[in-house]
Amino acid sequence: MSGVPATAARTPLSAAARLRKGKWYEQPRWRRLGALLALAVLMAQVTGEQGVRNDLFHALEQNFKGGGVGVWVGIAVAVWLIREFFDDAVARGVSRLRERAGGPARTVRATSGRLFGRRGYRWGALGALLLVLIVLPLTVTTFWQQVLVDQIGVYVMLAVGLNVVIGWAGMLDLGFIAFFAIGAYSSAYWTGGLPVEPPVELNNFLVIPVAVVTCLVAGVLLGAPTLRLRGDYLAIVTLGFHEIVYLVAKNYAEFTGGTRGANGLDRFSLDLGFWSYDWTLDPVPYYWIQLGFVVVIIVLFLRLEHSRVGRAWTAIREDEVAAAATGVNTVRFKLLAFAIGASTSGVAGVIYASKQAFVNPEQFVVLFSILALSYVVFGGMGSVPGVLVGTAFLVWLPQFLRDRVDPQDRYMYLGALLVIMMIYRPQGLLPSRRRQRELRMAGEGVSGADALGARPGGERG
Amino acid sequence: MSLSDIWDVLVLGVVLGSLYAVIAIGYTLVYGVLQLLNFAHSEVFMSGGFGGVIALTLVEPAAGPTGLQSAGYVLLGMGAGAVLGGAVAFGLEKAAYQPLRRRNAPRLVFLLTAIGASFFLYNLAGKLFGRYPMKMPTMYENKKLFEVFGAGVSVTQLIIVLAGVLMLLTVDLVVNRTKLGSGIRAVAQDPEAAALMGVDIDKVVSRTFVLGGLMGGVAGFLFGTNLQVDYTMGFLPGITAFAAAVLGGIGNVRGAMLGGLTLGVVESFTVEIWGDAWRYVGAFAVLVLVLMFRPTGLLGERVGRTA
Repeated sequence: MSGVPATAARTPLSAAARLRKGKWYEQPRWRRLGALLALAVLMAQVTGEQGVRNDLFHALEQNFKGGGVGVWVGIAVAVWLIREFFDDAVARGVSRLRERAGGPARTVRATSGRLFGRRGYRWGALGALLLVLIVLPLTVTTFWQQVLVDQIGVYVMLAVGLNVVIGWAGMLDLGFIAFFAIGAYSSAYWTGGLPVEPPVELNNFLVIPVAVVTCLVAGVLLGAPTLRLRGDYLAIVTLGFHEIVYLVAKNYAEFTGGTRGANGLDRFSLDLGFWSYDWTLDPVPYYWIQLGFVVVIIVLFLRLEHSRVGRAWTAIREDEVAAAATGVNTVRFKLLAFAIGASTSGVAGVIYASKQAFVNPEQFVVLFSILALSYVVFGGMGSVPGVLVGTAFLVWLPQFLRDRVDPQDRYMYLGALLVIMMIYRPQGLLPSRRRQRELRMAGEGVSGADALGARPGGERG
Repeated sequence: MSLSDIWDVLVLGVVLGSLYAVIAIGYTLVYGVLQLLNFAHSEVFMSGGFGGVIALTLVEPAAGPTGLQSAGYVLLGMGAGAVLGGAVAFGLEKAAYQPLRRRNAPRLVFLLTAIGASFFLYNLAGKLFGRYPMKMPTMYENKKLFEVFGAGVSVTQLIIVLAGVLMLLTVDLVVNRTKLGSGIRAVAQDPEAAALMGVDIDKVVSRTFVLGGLMGGVAGFLFGTNLQVDYTMGFLPGITAFAAAVLGGIGNVRGAMLGGLTLGVVESFTVEIWGDAWRYVGAFAVLVLVLMFRPTGLLGERVGRTA
């Protein structure tokens, strides 16, 4: 794999001369400068002005005239100079900092290890955490209560479900929000909110099992033909499925209410005879429902992770061929993961529809699938604590930055975040230990780390 | 539907289909050498559209141009689209995929990177040029040129089909006859053996991306001429073109052409029969059906074996 042209074999002398000289811009040092400068120009555009209508070059002109590019180019050159000429000094400084920070970090790790390491302490700590989570919404403003329910609660649920598909079974599902939509529309349908009358009107709590079954069936119908094939087809098929669900919700107005959707849906209500409660506009009671479901789902999923099923997923992820050879029915377990993810998404959809009391197609665009995906990836695929923390953080961040960054740019930053995470920290913020090891081993060419078959540019499966 | 209607729809379908075929080539070539489903190719296509708009806005086409001027504008737009498309594809490969290849990353990581890159690119375009649809500046009078069995063919349609056919022939020649082509086929068959035989894999991969990017860019410009340019314009044609690549047999260049044309025709008949709202449903239905009954596509998989 050398860069020497084929004629070199016949004229060794000239080839040797060419190797020695090389072109100046092919020297690594200048290449690095070029890359940094390109990055600087890109960064200037990323952080620059918004484009305006009827003036194509407005943003570009502003960015170049307004000095944005100059600043970034300056930073790039400075970084390059430091990296090329003061590398040793920087390395020394970093190692000294590490030593100094090592002490406190060790203390923190040891304390948390002691807290969560012993069984009694662990239950105590988890109980305290749960208690904090229960009281939390009472201590914040209404705005943050809404954020907690509409976004954090919903996305935590979605992310925990998506984590089963992508983190444990190692498949890429881009149609996750389609099942969320199916859940929400099931809620609307069975509570009599859609233009079509259901056979019986159900309470929202009873809709949940119905929605779970609906999403399971949809997931199996979609997954069965595709999962037998290469895993990466699943990504595109789910994406297509999502688009179809969206189009049906939008255009099949006789059933779904079309673009306007359906308003005034039933909210949750509970009537036990001796005691009844109706959920209203107040977000906090929904938060408690979500919290309850999330806790139950997490407990179930963690049990699953260490069961036969979970081990089968791990086996498939690490080496699909070997798993099949040892008798794991790979298609069935992949299908199971896919369907479990789908039904979790459906539950989240029911709760969401009931909280909002309306559904319309714009709540279920493809963007949200990508959002959920980036939350899981950021937190750490396959690690439940990672997913929880990652989701909560990434939902909180744009709300926090609302006044400082244009909200329209959110998806751009999320896309960049996905790419950067994949390049520098594919295991995520709080990785699961197993996943981290798999990724490292995959890098050494020992095993795979997903259920997608052969790896790009590598050997074939 | 009368007979001339059918011809009308067929003409529309062939026009769309030749665009899809050109985009599908980009997917198929990259899949051939990297086994990677390059989601960001739809954004390469989109940047081609923006390249055309930028170049033509800079030049400001004269009102009522002569034939020669019109031809010049069209060629300029195609060139600009190709350059920007190729540049984006090149940058994408260097910045996002090469580090992963070096590290021997698993496939899921590649796919996630592709999704992230796609999101980043189209939102960046929306931010820079405004999140509004824009019209391509007028380059010629888009009149009806001639009729095929009663179905009118406009200038734009003729240009799209001609350019499409020309590009498809070129790519076929490049893949089958040139040194780069034998490199592509060698890497697609067996990258390790290819490397041992002295193929510079990095170069082949990067040039494959550029080749797909050039084609995708031109297709973006043509698509923008036909309809409009918009930062989200890549997504749905991108998925449809991917479906076309799978339909023809992913990794197979001639298959992508066949698949593209088929899906274009299917789509225009879907629109004619069920209405514009269901435009893309036909393509997905075809994709799922193909995956169920003939997962290797119409012409079989892989660049190395069949092309």
